[in-house]
Amino acid sequence: MKVINIDQKKWTKGIDTLGSSYKLIGPVAEKDFHTFEILQQGQLPDMSFTNTRLSPKEVVFPQSEDMFVYSLDQNDEDCNILKEAPKDYSPRVVLGIRPCDARAMRLVKLNFDTEQYKDPYWLRLYEATTFVGLACDQPCATCFCTSTGCGPYHEEGLDILLAKDGDGFKAKVLTDKGRQLAEASGWTDTADDGGAFENARRAAEAGITSKVATDRLRQMDTLELYGADFWEDVSFACINCGTCTYLCPTCWCFDIQDEVHGKKGKRMRNWDSCMFPIFTVHTTGHNPRGTKLHRVRQRFMHKLKYFVDKYDQGIMCVGCGRCVQQCPVNIDIRRVCDLMNSYGSENACAAQG
Amino acid sequence: MIAYTDKVRQIARRLLEDCSVEMVIGFRKGSQPMMNEPCFIKKAEDADQLVWDGNCGINLANYLTGRKEKIAVFAKGCDSRNIVTHIVENKVQRDRLVIIGVPCTGMIDKRLVASQTEGEIEAVSETGDKVVVKLKDGGSTEFDRRQVLQGNCALCVHRNPVIYDELVADLVEEQTDVDHWADIREIEAMDVEKRRRFFEDLLAPCIRCYACRNACPLCYCPTCFVDESRPQWLGKGQDQIDVHTFHFLRAFHCAGRCTDCGACQRACPVGINMRLLTKKLEKDCFELYQWEAGMALDQRPALDTYKPDDPEGFIK
Repeated sequence: MKVINIDQKKWTKGIDTLGSSYKLIGPVAEKDFHTFEILQQGQLPDMSFTNTRLSPKEVVFPQSEDMFVYSLDQNDEDCNILKEAPKDYSPRVVLGIRPCDARAMRLVKLNFDTEQYKDPYWLRLYEATTFVGLACDQPCATCFCTSTGCGPYHEEGLDILLAKDGDGFKAKVLTDKGRQLAEASGWTDTADDGGAFENARRAAEAGITSKVATDRLRQMDTLELYGADFWEDVSFACINCGTCTYLCPTCWCFDIQDEVHGKKGKRMRNWDSCMFPIFTVHTTGHNPRGTKLHRVRQRFMHKLKYFVDKYDQGIMCVGCGRCVQQCPVNIDIRRVCDLMNSYGSENACAAQG
Repeated sequence: MIAYTDKVRQIARRLLEDCSVEMVIGFRKGSQPMMNEPCFIKKAEDADQLVWDGNCGINLANYLTGRKEKIAVFAKGCDSRNIVTHIVENKVQRDRLVIIGVPCTGMIDKRLVASQTEGEIEAVSETGDKVVVKLKDGGSTEFDRRQVLQGNCALCVHRNPVIYDELVADLVEEQTDVDHWADIREIEAMDVEKRRRFFEDLLAPCIRCYACRNACPLCYCPTCFVDESRPQWLGKGQDQIDVHTFHFLRAFHCAGRCTDCGACQRACPVGINMRLLTKKLEKDCFELYQWEAGMALDQRPALDTYKPDDPEGFIK
């Protein structure tokens, strides 16, 4: 297979060159973790990271995003008129996004880009972004991407896939966007790799040992799953914080708020979480998801059943393992997925562990 | 404390078998190293699910409110003080609870262990005073248990439960040689500007997931002030003032009630030590009113009583 060889020198030079035509976003080391941040001139992404604590979904779906601005000043000729908030949609590149997080963007796109509805904010940022992925050669114990239609070398949603090669990288260009970026960065040194890339992919996939079964979810009766007897046990520990949903690369829910300061106002959207009681509370005060059992069930049913039925693209989870690692009370989606997938079968007891 | 597990199971089994309670709230082994999951059991034969070790840091008092069952609950020193607070605040009834006291030698700080370990952790076990970390690459590291305790546990002076119906083990010796307020004195000594920057840095990573609030047994308001919409007290975005208002107001709401159980800090997915806020108020209550939360059923909380000779030097 033809791959592009990028040695350390070319990598550094390429990043430097890209800085003039793209806004660069990449993993940066903080105290005990990595985070995706805008890179400053001359700053290199730290490609030695395992995975970031928060997913990079914020690149195209900021936690707080202004949509409109308005003036309440009667002397202002634009008084009471909603105007689009000024935004930067210039070309940007995410360097080092993991294949799971890139696939997550595609799953989210199913929701934000439909025949009927197109989310302009998400789509414009998505289209302005070039995704340069970094293959995972050393997955975590909580990684189960190969069970979710993804994998450590998965290409979906990426424009370029990089794999580590000594001090540098081997790169596979996957789209036109990727080709443009490769040319702009001077990463053009193509050679036959003698199958090394493929071998590394197979080795990495074999390294993912955590698995979940999802094969029965689609055929399962929705109401039977909804009424399953395990939800009380699954939801008991939950404290209904937003950790799982905020860390999740595939969670897309938001809330729209108006904020006024003096005579100036803005309409913004903020991440929201189905774990919060007020997510569903009606103006009457009635809450159709009034208990944590309702809310926990909703999250898992959405990811592992409703989404599966609606889009037929597998589960709404890419196996990144962040929620497993960070849940304060150790609710593990892999266990819940196995409980759901085996519900009503002879294996139900086995999944209980 | 790993040795408590047998006794924990034995007690749970007995209480369910003789119908003393309808459910037992404890911990089962988690799927992650250094994590256990709060759980309930209703059948005696499920008692073997229960475990006890240095990873039971979540405060189980948080799971007692709003339930109809007669409940048995395992309670460390801090949990027991929050149960007392619940009883004093009429959130739970004493006669609907069987409190099984767990004399505690402190909970392991999983972030501290991870930050002091090179490589991915596969499993962590405890043997006496040692914490043994097994790495994925086959290696292992050993820590002195006292060196990897949660911050609050390292400074805890109420390890033994203050209220219980039975104990899983003999009471442990309380720590007396700790400087409980050193970190707070450091912040108090900062000038206003330095302190403002300190709090800005402290709270900068907050993603407003509210894990701290929701892990806290004190935060049981039907609608938290951050969730109120009429009137809406604060914005929902990532504006620094809104984020700070949430943390500061929540801390004030816990004044005279917080037991420094550490559940908030433990639950935080981005590792914020918001205990520094609640501890300051804990310190003030102690110094002004000699008050420690949740120590006895027959004492009203510091901010719940009035005495003509209460100190008022802080009112200006």
